[in-house]
Amino acid sequence: MTRPIVLRGGRVIDPSRDFDQTADVLIQDGRIAAVGVGLGAPDEAEVRDVRGGVVAPGLVDIHVHLREPGNEDVETIASGTRAAAAGGFTAVCAMPNTDPVTDNQAAVGFIVRQATLAGLTRVYPIGAISVGQKGEQLSEFGEMVGAGAVAVSDDGKPVVSSHLMRTALEYARTFDIPVADHCEEPTLASGGVMHEGLVAARLGLKGIPAAAEEIMVERDILLAQLTGAHVHLCHVSTRGSVDLIRRAKEQGIRVTAEVTPHHLALTDGACEGYDTHAKMNPPLREAADVAALRAALKEGVIDCVASDHAPHAYDAKEAAFDDAPFGIIGLETAFAVAYTELVESGLFTLPELIARMSTAPAKLLALAGGTLGPAAPADVVVLDVTARWKVDPTLFFSKSRNTPFAGRTLAGRAALTVVGGKVVHEAKARGAPAPAPSP
Amino acid sequence: MKSAVLGKDLLGLERLSPDQIRLVLDTAEPFKEVSERPIKKVPALRGKTIVNLFFEASTRTRISFEFAEKRLSADTVNVAATGSSVQKGETLVDTAKNLEAMRIDMVVIRHPSSGVAEFLGNRIRSNVINAGDGQHEHPTQGLLDLLTIRDKHGRIEGLKVCLVGDVLHSRVARSNIWGLLKLGAEVGVCGPDTLMPRGIEELGVCRFRRIEEAVEWADVLNVLRLQLERMEKGFIPSLREYYRVFGVTVERLERAPRRLTIMHPGPMNRGVEIDSRVADGSHSVILDQVTNGVAVRMAVLYLLAGGRPELAAAAKRASPPGPLSTSWRGGTTGAPE
Ligand SMILES: [Zn+2]
Ligand SMILES: [Zn+2]
Repeated sequence: MTRPIVLRGGRVIDPSRDFDQTADVLIQDGRIAAVGVGLGAPDEAEVRDVRGGVVAPGLVDIHVHLREPGNEDVETIASGTRAAAAGGFTAVCAMPNTDPVTDNQAAVGFIVRQATLAGLTRVYPIGAISVGQKGEQLSEFGEMVGAGAVAVSDDGKPVVSSHLMRTALEYARTFDIPVADHCEEPTLASGGVMHEGLVAARLGLKGIPAAAEEIMVERDILLAQLTGAHVHLCHVSTRGSVDLIRRAKEQGIRVTAEVTPHHLALTDGACEGYDTHAKMNPPLREAADVAALRAALKEGVIDCVASDHAPHAYDAKEAAFDDAPFGIIGLETAFAVAYTELVESGLFTLPELIARMSTAPAKLLALAGGTLGPAAPADVVVLDVTARWKVDPTLFFSKSRNTPFAGRTLAGRAALTVVGGKVVHEAKARGAPAPAPSP
Repeated sequence: MKSAVLGKDLLGLERLSPDQIRLVLDTAEPFKEVSERPIKKVPALRGKTIVNLFFEASTRTRISFEFAEKRLSADTVNVAATGSSVQKGETLVDTAKNLEAMRIDMVVIRHPSSGVAEFLGNRIRSNVINAGDGQHEHPTQGLLDLLTIRDKHGRIEGLKVCLVGDVLHSRVARSNIWGLLKLGAEVGVCGPDTLMPRGIEELGVCRFRRIEEAVEWADVLNVLRLQLERMEKGFIPSLREYYRVFGVTVERLERAPRRLTIMHPGPMNRGVEIDSRVADGSHSVILDQVTNGVAVRMAVLYLLAGGRPELAAAAKRASPPGPLSTSWRGGTTGAPE
């Protein structure tokens, strides 16, 4: 058993209990043993002085691509969870567009085993909706849930057939899991490489109109209404989608949604100069969309932040914009981007952001974590929100480097990440003076 | 190598200043004369090596560049995509590195993807000239169109120029829009909404949906080529209807309140976007565009290679024989003639 840990003197923020005050946190036997002022430390405990830091439930990312099995040269479950730990995440959900596709219980079990071997953050697999993600035949949700899957999704692709989406929702309801959809009407989006708007018109690049997302958002909402099942909308990117989701929630339809840090931070202007690191799907949209997404996240119309961490080979983005793959990595920048854009700008309080990056996503998929409540698993992050650091992808734990934030100075980072009472990441003090030689 | 007046690369007209554009046009003037000589060659680029890297078939642009290069005495190599390593899967980066390793001075690149000229320009030290990248820009076409309009009307400022047809997929349209706006023209676009980029009005152009309105408004119509595959992809229902609704015909021009100048970047689809009688008629400056193409490309090559623009300015001031050729005679060993 690992030694007990006392995190002494930090600002403890636990959105699950509206708790925000200076306190100590005692971690024992892999669980939160106590939160309070002036806690006594057990004899064998490791006492860490975290004054000036923020102690919060570990961050939870419900949308990552770990690329294992199939693309281990760009990421593995081990490297991806190491990156997650560095980003302050204690749990991630792995999307099933692996090679082969994670569409059966054995494949789900493989991911769980690899994650256990890596021993870093928790990994919850998401199973494919359809066999081979081909959009034809439902995969075996029941067995996949038995093996550890927490949701189903064909992410990477939309569910084109409305009939398949309907049956997936109905069948998923049996097992109490949501169906997560990548909303993209394929005939409208076909051939598009960035947001359809003035920047695309100038650059001469084929656009993906906002309507390509919104049509599918509305379809999924209607099907959730029809079936009474829980639909989760991945990486919402347009103000139109926000309006549709708001209306659906007001009607009591079981819809939840996520937004990525990059859609909260960047616009299609980032594609200027044909920067392929700004190529993702859904594409970066306009300033009005960014503003609507931020407001929706604050209100809770959008439930949580998810990174859509999508590693690609180092040279894959060295290509014509048309030919480069979609997607960027995000685990190691997600908190800092969100903190810089939302909290430093004064839009969010820090507890509000932690709620959207920990408590809400954990609750959405009924995962352990997202709380520092009594006897909760000790999934904890200590955040240093005073740290300012320059994004240098060569220092990433991820095997990939494809980020549009390279060179940006961001605020906030994880100083310490604890999963089940075990330290899985500890930031090296950057730029700290070397210890003085003892006399 | 970075030239003093145009920078390292010519990627598009969007990022050139009005003065830079005027400078290229002025520099092109004396080069027109070179092509009228019995021996059409000056030694301005002697010893320079230029690669014409064409990932997309384009006979006329490639030939125009090649003439321009040869008339400036450059050594040139043509690389066509067909059968080259490029089509065998060599990446753009590898292509760039290989060109760099061969120590060439300039690359003229045509590519079906937008942004590739800039991509290449950012990765090699040689000067890069965009000869058309996807649906982005075709700056030398834009410049030769400007020169042709200036020749015909004596000015560009205040003229009304309308681009007719497939603006959405046209790099020629984008280069024209930037160049014309920068030199003070009013710019219109005319065509069905299916062939217009969304947000085009925000660039500061007038939008016409009827060719009759464009004809009534404009001094110049620049008729864009309609790629025949646009019909297959469903942007227009039929070529027949396109001609009926948007074709530039003699009958339509006869109703124009003033004498219009008709341009076309070629190659033309006669009877689709333009009536043969218009293309071959007295309104047309289409062949002047082709002639000016060589002069403009000579000017661009000359300036990017570090040629001094004063020569061109002097050439404009003086009466023949142009001081440009005098300077060359004085400034180089071995006279061109
Ligand atoms: Zn997706
Ligand atoms: Zn994804």
